Amino acid sequence: MLTRDKASEIFERLTKFSTADEIEALIAGGQSALTRFANNTIHQNVAEENYVVSVRTVFEGRTARATTNKFDDESLKQAVLASEALAKVQEPDPDLLPAAGSEDTDGAPPVGRAFFETSSLTPGQRAQAVDRIVNIAKKQKLTAAGIFSNSESVEAVLNSRGLAAYHTQTSSEISVTMLGGDSSGWQKSNSPDVRNLNPVALAETAAKKALQSAKPRELPAGKYTVILEPAAVLDLVGFMFWDFGGMAILDQRSFLNNRVGTKVFGENITVWDDVSHSLQSGAPFDGEGVRRQRVQLVEKGVVKRLVYARSTAKKMLESEYAAKVGPVEPTGHGFPLPNEVGEAPINIVFEGPGQSAAKGVDQMIAATERGVLITRLWYIREVDPYEKILTGMTRDGTFQIEDGQLKNGIRNFRFNESLLHMLSNVEEMGTPVRASGEESFDMVVPPMKVRDFNFTEVTKF
Amino acid sequence: MSMKQIAEWALNLTNQHGVSYADVRIVDERNRALATKNGRVGHASDSTSLGIGIRVLADGAWGFAATEDLTRIAVEMTAAKAVEIARSSARVKQHDVRLAPEKPFTDEWATPYRTDPFSTSVEQNIDLLLRVDKELRAIEGITLAETNMNFRRYEQWFFSSEGSSIHETKMTTGAGYTAYAFAGTEIHKRSYPNSFGGQYQNKGYELIEELKLVENARRIAEECVALHKADQCPEGNFTIVLDSSQLGLQIHESIGHPIELDRVLGMEANFAGMSFLTLEKLRQLRYGSDLVNVVADATRNHGPGLGTFAYDDEGVPAQCTPIITDGLFTGYLSSRETAHAIGSNRSGGTMRAEGWNRIPIIRMTNISILPGEKPLTFEQLIADTDRGIYMQTNRSWSIDDKRYNFQFGTEIGWEIKGGKLGRMLKNPSYSGITTEFWNSMDAICSRDQWTLWGTPNCGKGQPMQTMGTGHGASPARFRNIKVGSAYKGT
Repeated sequence: MLTRDKASEIFERLTKFSTADEIEALIAGGQSALTRFANNTIHQNVAEENYVVSVRTVFEGRTARATTNKFDDESLKQAVLASEALAKVQEPDPDLLPAAGSEDTDGAPPVGRAFFETSSLTPGQRAQAVDRIVNIAKKQKLTAAGIFSNSESVEAVLNSRGLAAYHTQTSSEISVTMLGGDSSGWQKSNSPDVRNLNPVALAETAAKKALQSAKPRELPAGKYTVILEPAAVLDLVGFMFWDFGGMAILDQRSFLNNRVGTKVFGENITVWDDVSHSLQSGAPFDGEGVRRQRVQLVEKGVVKRLVYARSTAKKMLESEYAAKVGPVEPTGHGFPLPNEVGEAPINIVFEGPGQSAAKGVDQMIAATERGVLITRLWYIREVDPYEKILTGMTRDGTFQIEDGQLKNGIRNFRFNESLLHMLSNVEEMGTPVRASGEESFDMVVPPMKVRDFNFTEVTKF
Repeated sequence: MSMKQIAEWALNLTNQHGVSYADVRIVDERNRALATKNGRVGHASDSTSLGIGIRVLADGAWGFAATEDLTRIAVEMTAAKAVEIARSSARVKQHDVRLAPEKPFTDEWATPYRTDPFSTSVEQNIDLLLRVDKELRAIEGITLAETNMNFRRYEQWFFSSEGSSIHETKMTTGAGYTAYAFAGTEIHKRSYPNSFGGQYQNKGYELIEELKLVENARRIAEECVALHKADQCPEGNFTIVLDSSQLGLQIHESIGHPIELDRVLGMEANFAGMSFLTLEKLRQLRYGSDLVNVVADATRNHGPGLGTFAYDDEGVPAQCTPIITDGLFTGYLSSRETAHAIGSNRSGGTMRAEGWNRIPIIRMTNISILPGEKPLTFEQLIADTDRGIYMQTNRSWSIDDKRYNFQFGTEIGWEIKGGKLGRMLKNPSYSGITTEFWNSMDAICSRDQWTLWGTPNCGKGQPMQTMGTGHGASPARFRNIKVGSAYKGT
């Protein structure tokens, strides 16, 4: 693993090649491995090691970036020269601030997210876990597909104003699909610590869903009460957080244009961005090396605050929107410069309803007269950017609920649903968990029971 | 040190470990990415990446390892790791991997181009983008203007234990822009020449000159603002006419993905999904109407598509496979491992990897619908349509995990009435079932209306791999299509 000292040494060499006013290096990479299985067979099995250094130079308000995965002097020199050449031909950007200083990164919350048990996992250990998953499939006359991955990564930001931020962490993930003749079930889990993953439990739950949803019936499209498991919740709500950056308002591309400070969701929706939450992952600093702050985005349905990169905050304060968007200050959510997007909250934590009010999925089912249980969603895309209407499909475990019980599997639905509508119609929530889907980044979300969810079509399986 | 020497370090070591097959890809990649936003440079970046990926078959199972370190010790350790991984894979298998035979090739090939895009100056590139930006923002009501330009040079050395030695260099160029208008409670956008990044081809800078970016900017911005006063696209069943870029994406989603044989065989079941095109449907299923003829063509004859190459990443020469012939389903995209599943003794040559650190998997090449044989211009197609809706430029796309049910939205539409384009329509969308849709096609424009579009961002595989694919299409007409579901009940 590339150490903090090595990162400093690389940065020292870079600075010798540069004539720029300022220089910044983003050093990232690591080792990763992924075992992939399908048809009860490991059919792909890969490992890689790669590090990159990305150099940003600044000349009087002009900046650009060049990246290489070679660390010899000549390659570093070429990266610096390429960055400088790209920067010099531009017009100065009056919004570009001097690089962040060490005072901007100091005090970043300590996060211990590197585990030897994860980084040292071998192909043999992954194969052993897959074998157990496959044996569960065989026992139930099902077919298993999925992945088991682990990685160890480093992320460092260093600049000529003395900022030096360094983060290392591990990640592990298991995803399992169980296939029956006309049904399927799915489960997925990830964690920095592989000891938190339970391949057998995931396989057994996925298998149970595949068996229970066999011989699916067709229900007509229409509005239903749905119970969304956490993975389905995160894949939906993930589409709105890109609009919670100040730049999205300045660009007038956000569904929060003219809505910050107003109640857009139900009373029971409160959302934070919190990198230090025990179920979160990632570096405690942003793409400029600025420490990430804990920010309350939504309080009881009211959008309270946005997140800001340093230059976006300055621009917002000078803009016509400054008085309408709540507190404006850099929050440590910027992407590496230069970029057009600005910033976004990426450590989302939904507040639960409290232990006494929290309902598990089973309790929600028991309290539902007629509805649909959704395990997972697929191919979600934005239909309308301001009303935040999303379309997509249910997948791998969709059930009819009748009189408080799972009745049978049903054919998959297409939905066209507004997030504004959906998060105003949440009847019950469970305890938030670290969830992992396929359409959005991981976050801490609860299962939700939502009324009047809008299904518009049914597919053939 | 030559690339061949580096590859030999790996191949010699895997040979010593007794593998039944090994291949090595060394890739040297360079990218330039430029973008502007509202009159300023949004980002300017240059990146290079060089590394080696080693794939082996041992004990009848696959292993792969990759590193950016090209020293002898690192290459040999990586090769040994690939072998260790393959032997681990072999612990969970139902049968041994069997490769369709392919003779070894020694060859060299490069994308033909007139102007190396990397030889053009960054000033020139940015100047063009800022001129487009100025045109877009000259129209009152435009609240955001974004432009982009991207170049990629991808040089690969492929060596296999069977004796192949192939040096191939691909050049990709692309550019496009989008104007946004926010007013009241609506955000509209218009893009040119296509949405989500514009047009991409395996070509030089001459593509940028052909696109007429500046010349179309005002029209695009005016249409974007005009959408705020347009009527909502109606709900119901209508005749629709799709422009060639939207039809290209329709092909990508509802033909290109379902014909991937790895998907059909369940190898993507956990992530990208499977396919309704189960094996018994080959040469039996009426996929579309008699007018529907689709090929998977990676050869240079097809044009400079993102799926054009000389050899795939298993060293198999580029081929043209008939996918749909006069409406009948006739072919899959296959690999050396999967060819036997359809009774073929040779791979269709569709295996590609995103970079040196990824394994090759089955990817679309250029999946194109052939133009109509009878002369038919777009104007003649509209004149021949009494009532319907013309839809242009994709805005949203979604399809189920077996590729049956789809829904597409476009940026803009126009009513067709009495053989003429009439009022503008906002928020157009249509939906349906794949085979029902393609069987409803009753007209397609001829070769002079045909464009080979590039989709630079097709995602598949775990770890995720992004790949460029090509899709040739002419405007076409479809009868009795469900329109407007995207806004139904919302």
